[in-house]
Amino acid sequence: MKTFIVHFLIAFVGSYLYFKYGDPFVPYNAIWAVLVASFIMFLLWLTSPTYHRSYFHKLPRAISLFVFFLKELVVANFRVAYDILTPNYHMNPAVLAVPLTVTTDLEITLLATMITLTPGSLMIDVSADRRFIYMHTLYVKDNDVESAKQEVKDGFETRILKLTR
Amino acid sequence: MFENINFLLIREIISSILIIIGVIFMLIAAIGLLRFPDFYIRMSAITKGSTLGLGLILTGMGTYFNEADMLLKVLLIIGFTFLTTPVAAHVIGRTAVRNKIPFWGPTDLEEFKDYLRKEHSTHRDHERDNKHL
Repeated sequence: MKTFIVHFLIAFVGSYLYFKYGDPFVPYNAIWAVLVASFIMFLLWLTSPTYHRSYFHKLPRAISLFVFFLKELVVANFRVAYDILTPNYHMNPAVLAVPLTVTTDLEITLLATMITLTPGSLMIDVSADRRFIYMHTLYVKDNDVESAKQEVKDGFETRILKLTR
Repeated sequence: MFENINFLLIREIISSILIIIGVIFMLIAAIGLLRFPDFYIRMSAITKGSTLGLGLILTGMGTYFNEADMLLKVLLIIGFTFLTTPVAAHVIGRTAVRNKIPFWGPTDLEEFKDYLRKEHSTHRDHERDNKHL
């Protein structure tokens, strides 16, 4: 994680300085800026097995988590938008106690943040012994609480576990 | 190769589309705030719709102005919004539960009963503190 932050800052500042003070080969726009930053990041990533072995495997997982999160964000937003714009409610809200596999503070915070940003679900609390999180969710199909829990666990939690363990 | 393409026009089209989609998301979130049945569902509608809408609008701005400084600021704003919005939503939701804001009728509270009972029996500090008022 620390390595990632350092590399990300280097890539960010590097591409920023390149476009601001350097003599760019390519015209400046948002796409080229992101591409240049990714290129610097990629070069740094290729050098990483020499000093930080696990980082080499973790970055692709982090990217897959991020892409999955963006996909969920957009898809679920459309779901809620559909519910708002049509006259009848299609939702079936429930408060679920999702059992946690993640244990550390960072993992729980990450999971809670991602759940809250996915529309239709809202974190309410973590139980005192850290074994459950209580989440308010809008779409439970056919009152099948277990499969709704399993969806959260398969979607976000396994990806976070792959990233941090 | 790039000489006869009007980049300004392309940029304007892309940024307009992004901003329009963002505004539509925010509008839908605002309508949801008005017509959803209870506090918690309204919270879910407004926090997420506005977060995604803000992200899209700012991305459109960054695309339009096409400067490194602008992109830096836009990315910073988006990053901090994505960090702070869920925390705010979580704190407001928890406060609502502690203050006994009711859930919508059809909500399935089966697994939440224990927590509610405990929360409402132990956290009466605010009532005790306000008794003399």
